Amino acid sequence: MRPVRLSVVTAATAVAALTAVTGCAEKSDAKAGSDGAVQVTATDTACKVSKTELPAGHVQLAVENKGSKVTEVYLLFPDDRIVAERENIGPGLKQTVTAEVKAGSYEIACKPGMKGDGIRQKITVTGGGATAKRNPKLDTAVAAYRKYAQEQADATIPKVKVFTDAVRNGDLEAAKKAFAPSRLGWERTEPVAESFGDIDPKTDVRADGLEPGQKWTGWHRLEKALWQDKKIGATEKTLATQLDTDLADWQKRVGTAEITATSMANGAKELLDEVATGKVTGEEDRYSHTDLSDFKANVEGAQQAYELLKPVASKNDAALTKELDTQFAAIATVLDKYRSDKTSYDFVSYDKVTKGQRKELSDAVNALAEPLSKLAAAVVK
Amino acid sequence: MSEETTAPNSTAPSRRSLIGWGGAGLALGAVAAGGTVAAVRTGNDAVPVADSGAAVPFHGAHQAGIATAVQDRLHFAAFDVTTTDRSELIQLLKDWTAAAALMTAGRPVGEGAYGGLAEAPPDDTGEALGLKPSRLTLTIGFGASLFAKDRFGLEGKRPDALVDIEKFPGDNLDASRSGGDLCVQACADDPQVAVHAIRNLARIGMGKTGIRWSQLGFGKTSSTTPDAQTPRNMMGFKDGTRNIAGTDAAALAEHVWVGEKDGAKDGSTWMTGGSYLMARRIRMHIETWDRTSLQEQEDVFGRDKGEGAPVGKAKERDEPFLKAMKPTAHVRLAHPDSNHGIKILRRGYSFTDGTDGLGRLDAGLFFLAYQRDVRKGFIPLQRSLARHDALNEYIQHVGSALFAVPPGVRDKGDWWGRALFS
Repeated sequence: MRPVRLSVVTAATAVAALTAVTGCAEKSDAKAGSDGAVQVTATDTACKVSKTELPAGHVQLAVENKGSKVTEVYLLFPDDRIVAERENIGPGLKQTVTAEVKAGSYEIACKPGMKGDGIRQKITVTGGGATAKRNPKLDTAVAAYRKYAQEQADATIPKVKVFTDAVRNGDLEAAKKAFAPSRLGWERTEPVAESFGDIDPKTDVRADGLEPGQKWTGWHRLEKALWQDKKIGATEKTLATQLDTDLADWQKRVGTAEITATSMANGAKELLDEVATGKVTGEEDRYSHTDLSDFKANVEGAQQAYELLKPVASKNDAALTKELDTQFAAIATVLDKYRSDKTSYDFVSYDKVTKGQRKELSDAVNALAEPLSKLAAAVVK
Repeated sequence: MSEETTAPNSTAPSRRSLIGWGGAGLALGAVAAGGTVAAVRTGNDAVPVADSGAAVPFHGAHQAGIATAVQDRLHFAAFDVTTTDRSELIQLLKDWTAAAALMTAGRPVGEGAYGGLAEAPPDDTGEALGLKPSRLTLTIGFGASLFAKDRFGLEGKRPDALVDIEKFPGDNLDASRSGGDLCVQACADDPQVAVHAIRNLARIGMGKTGIRWSQLGFGKTSSTTPDAQTPRNMMGFKDGTRNIAGTDAAALAEHVWVGEKDGAKDGSTWMTGGSYLMARRIRMHIETWDRTSLQEQEDVFGRDKGEGAPVGKAKERDEPFLKAMKPTAHVRLAHPDSNHGIKILRRGYSFTDGTDGLGRLDAGLFFLAYQRDVRKGFIPLQRSLARHDALNEYIQHVGSALFAVPPGVRDKGDWWGRALFS
């Protein structure tokens, strides 16, 4: 994490671009059935809605779970971004979900057992001004990236638990070993996490990024204990559990992140910015020197966003995508020099990487980041 | 006591010899030439130097930035070529040429710094918007490493004069401040204009080149107009007296421009009309110098500090009487009469890069000299200076690079290095 989180700025831009709809989950159990409410009948195998066309404005979903499993109901944008949601609706229960919605296409999803993509119903909202014309290919890209971000978060939690369990067990060596792997999913999708603003400072802040009075928590605080202080005390054990909690919060909120094709492209560039400012210098993992593992994850996350946008970008700017293909391959080749097994994330300790080698890595980052900065424009052209 | 303060007047060679200091020495000795006085460029495209905001023509027989009247500021950058693809390198040189032609005319690169797609970073970085051309010149050079075997097929085209520079006594060269496949010298009367130019070229080059090292310079230490006051170097001495004028075609032809018969081993003449640029970062031990008595300072240079007159003379431009100076005096050793008439064209700049971590000013002279053949110019001069110069106690060469500077870009269809790659 950098003291100044550029991605927050990006997120703000994304929000501004997306004010077409403001979603919020009603906290209280308002009575269903008021005017204009959509009756949603959820069962273990179906998601019936009373109407699929409704006017823009205040929308209410009156949900009834007639199935045997706990369910959840979502109102979604076409790109899978959440407009409003309600979790933990037990069998036989009624709940209400409300949202302010502008004209456009939406989906309602019921998720029996609270798993998977759910059972979908398309909804059309009309009147009150049209939403911007959407490119279905970009909606597909955003939806796929959203899924990727969620998968990364889901897969990270157990890896973090290996790390935090080792800390809680006072096992210094096991904790050191589990540190870098626990960060991969986070590093791949960092702009998403940073867009929430409050999670990143708890989990990924470095000592120099602390504000006066701010308590230092998260990965790097534990990293210092393991590598520099070489001891695990009661404080560290508490911090390990705090990290679990904060990352569980992240996992839960990933789906609500504001993501657009533009923010995906800029997020990819930001991941390279992270590499350029924090990893290449060795500042990020200054105690463990596992910077190259984070570096690789940042590049992978950027590449994932790029690959998803490529079908659109290559049509608008074929020269750019050709260059990006070349540079992603080139940086992978440079990084592979620092690991003996290309399937492992076990990289050379960064304090063993010479000044000249760091220069080579830096040049590779610049070579990729410069064309990557043009991806957003190629997507919206 | 630091070693720098050992007997400055000793005639024994100093541990820290210095050479290229030729800078101060050569200039003071009336040897070096820097720019010209009343006009810039060769040929008929002279521009009055009084107009510091003017544009210097980019196209011509020789590259601008050599005989051009020296501007106030410098941003010099040496690049490593990171691509292994010859065609990519050629494309880069074409792209750089196009950008250089725009920037020297005071125009932004590409589609400009604003007004384009909101989602894209602008082509131009924008910090020179609204500034005059400021006599910006951009001068490219090719280092010996570019001609290495199995790189770009240029091995046979390496000129004999693009030699590997020997290590002179006292050199303490930092590899990260030395060498480079390419260099670009940006000179301008406005530092922002010079910095903008290098920044934009570096950006265009990303993926094909990376900056290896760079140097900012100020307070030109060479050429000036004869009627204007000669600039002083960081040691407080006048520097650049009696440079070869940029309009002195005969002197330039003899000492600076590569002739048709100076070609490469393979007989190619791609360097005809070009020159060789010797760059040396010369650190000055400012603090020990400042503790040195006035008499010793003047003895070291062979000139007085106030007027800049050679020993025993009254005015700066009086003909020096070398035998009146100490045998180790810088001016005496650097003078053409002590060096078989050797002359080089010098465009050095002072630099101050903050402090060095020990509380000492990281300052000195960034020596830039153009010459037809360093084997007859810089190298013998520096050998002599490195061995005997009293100034060596106060300076140290910490960076070094030699570049083959091709002839000028003739017209809009031409590009930097075309003859080399054709």
